[in-house]
Amino acid sequence: MLVTLGGRIQTRIFILLTVGLLVTLVVTPFLPARGPLGSAYGVTLRVLVAVLVLGVLWELLYHGLQQFRWEKDWPTFFGLITAVNEGLLIWLALTFGLVPGVGEVPGITFLLDFTAVWLITWLCVNGPMRVPFIHWRFRGGRLI
Amino acid sequence: MLTPHGARQQASRGDGDLTPALIDTDVWTDEMVAGAGIPIVDSPIVMIGGGIGSFVTTDYLRICGVPTTAIRVLTTLDFPWQTYQFLTRVSQIPANERLRSDSASRPDNIWGFPSYAVEEALTAKSLQGFIAPLLQVLVEPIFTDYYTPRAGHVFQAMQRESERIRYPEMVVKGQVRIVRRRAGGGYFSVLTPPEGSTQTKRIAYRSQYVHVAVGYPGLKFLPDLQGYRERHGDHSRVVNAYEPHEHVYEQLLRQPGTVVVRGGGIVASRVLQRLMEDRFNKGAQTQIVHIFRTFITGSHGPSMFMRRRGGDGWAYQGFNYPKSVWGGQLKARMRKLEGAERAALYKVMGGTNTPKRKLWQNQMAQGRREGWYHTYAGEVEQIMPGDGGAVVTRVRTAGGALEIPAAYIIDGTGLEADISEHRLLADLLQHGGAGRNPIGRLDVERTFEVRGTRSGAGVMYASGTATLGGYFPGVDTFLGLQIAAQEICDDLAARGFSKRLGIGRSVSGWLKWARNRRI
Repeated sequence: MLVTLGGRIQTRIFILLTVGLLVTLVVTPFLPARGPLGSAYGVTLRVLVAVLVLGVLWELLYHGLQQFRWEKDWPTFFGLITAVNEGLLIWLALTFGLVPGVGEVPGITFLLDFTAVWLITWLCVNGPMRVPFIHWRFRGGRLI
Repeated sequence: MLTPHGARQQASRGDGDLTPALIDTDVWTDEMVAGAGIPIVDSPIVMIGGGIGSFVTTDYLRICGVPTTAIRVLTTLDFPWQTYQFLTRVSQIPANERLRSDSASRPDNIWGFPSYAVEEALTAKSLQGFIAPLLQVLVEPIFTDYYTPRAGHVFQAMQRESERIRYPEMVVKGQVRIVRRRAGGGYFSVLTPPEGSTQTKRIAYRSQYVHVAVGYPGLKFLPDLQGYRERHGDHSRVVNAYEPHEHVYEQLLRQPGTVVVRGGGIVASRVLQRLMEDRFNKGAQTQIVHIFRTFITGSHGPSMFMRRRGGDGWAYQGFNYPKSVWGGQLKARMRKLEGAERAALYKVMGGTNTPKRKLWQNQMAQGRREGWYHTYAGEVEQIMPGDGGAVVTRVRTAGGALEIPAAYIIDGTGLEADISEHRLLADLLQHGGAGRNPIGRLDVERTFEVRGTRSGAGVMYASGTATLGGYFPGVDTFLGLQIAAQEICDDLAARGFSKRLGIGRSVSGWLKWARNRRI
């Protein structure tokens, strides 16, 4: 990825609110969670929002780290591996009840939900997103 | 291919050649051209040069709905990658070798999706062939070298796209050395068709828009090497890596000798690879002496935030420029800079460099270990003939002067000539209103319009290496040509010439590309 700070944030928000939302809507009914589907959606959608809000903060850090790279790029692998730190932080936030409106979430439910959303959004920004948004990759990830 | 038979002869008073009056006049009227007996052909847009720059711009225009009848490509080339293929082949990148280009920089696919790596995986005939390119693009450049496509793969893909967009239908063979502004707007591009193919010596293409992508103005030899060649008429022992020099490798297989390699860039790397592989695989006993003018010993740069890796003489970088010039931070930054500030950033990013590929590192390490690869840092003072047909390089090093006799000298510095060495660019500077940018090349706007050449409602654009030094670096690369093409098409769309490449057109264009549907 070749991104500016603004581009990072715009891409993060856009991809989570489109592809991320769609993946969440599709996978939630299949997650191992007790209770009615409505409450399951309540949890996964709130987790999605948490990933988005904390993600914007993470992007600030990533942008700072990017400054140490001569190429000023963000390798594809970084986009994948940052799932670990971001996932852990969200999990900690869930464990300590810091995500508003979300109670106890089984670990496996979170893992499956988070992994599905992360993998599919990561795949999208590393290829297919260039098809509808042909200017996007040349504008540092900015959509507007 | 088109021949300009349809040219309308107008008021044929002259003999169809350029007249001194035309040559001396900056802005031509229709009457002046007709008066010289030069037939006039109308075309809304004319692409000058039929290389990859024109090809990707034409590709964009075709996808943006411009019909083939509205575009004429004036060129001496038979196909767009002809010059590139020649230069890569002589500089030791045959079809099965890999280029120095990113997986998603596809001149045959404006979206860069699927990337070359994905396509290579999908067409692989083995599981390993499927996994290897995907794994490489996943972990590059952290755990492995950058994935780069094979030259043959790139040429094949361009062939397919050329047929799909009906590129050959737009090509008119001939040379263009003059483009002049037209009174009333637009331009005349004067084509000299192949001798005997037309009734007149010249044909004038009258168009509202012109795109100039004429490639490298020419090769420039190092002055000391050029001086030796001129003084001694020896073009066999002192060669440039960008000219055919297969005889060097062949002779070294027959008779062991020493070769001096000059330069610290990708071409020098390729030449070294060939020399070393001839040792490993074909039994050559070549001694390699590698001379760096600037010897890089480690990471270097103006600040902790702008440090490039280096070592053993080389500056290391994956591609021609730091990667973010093609879309990220450095692209955004350069776009805002003017004059001296822009030139300064070019200087920081510039300098000769090469990728740090494991294969090359291992080969050089073996050469150093076994004592047949030697490096020197210094300024070459003179090249002179030596005993037994040798050429002697006299180098001024930190430790004093050194004389290195060798059977051959290969210049891998890849210096480019000044843009005024190209007749068309020189004419644009002299008569077309064009100027130079902060590093001395053709000055273009952010839209790639050639500054100073506006002619009424007519606009002239340029892309490629001639425009290096503008608001966008990386112009002389596959992706750079596409970035320029996108800017040009956006500008043309804003002027109502083509349709805007929005989400709908982009998606439908890609679907047609994916199904290889002719447009």
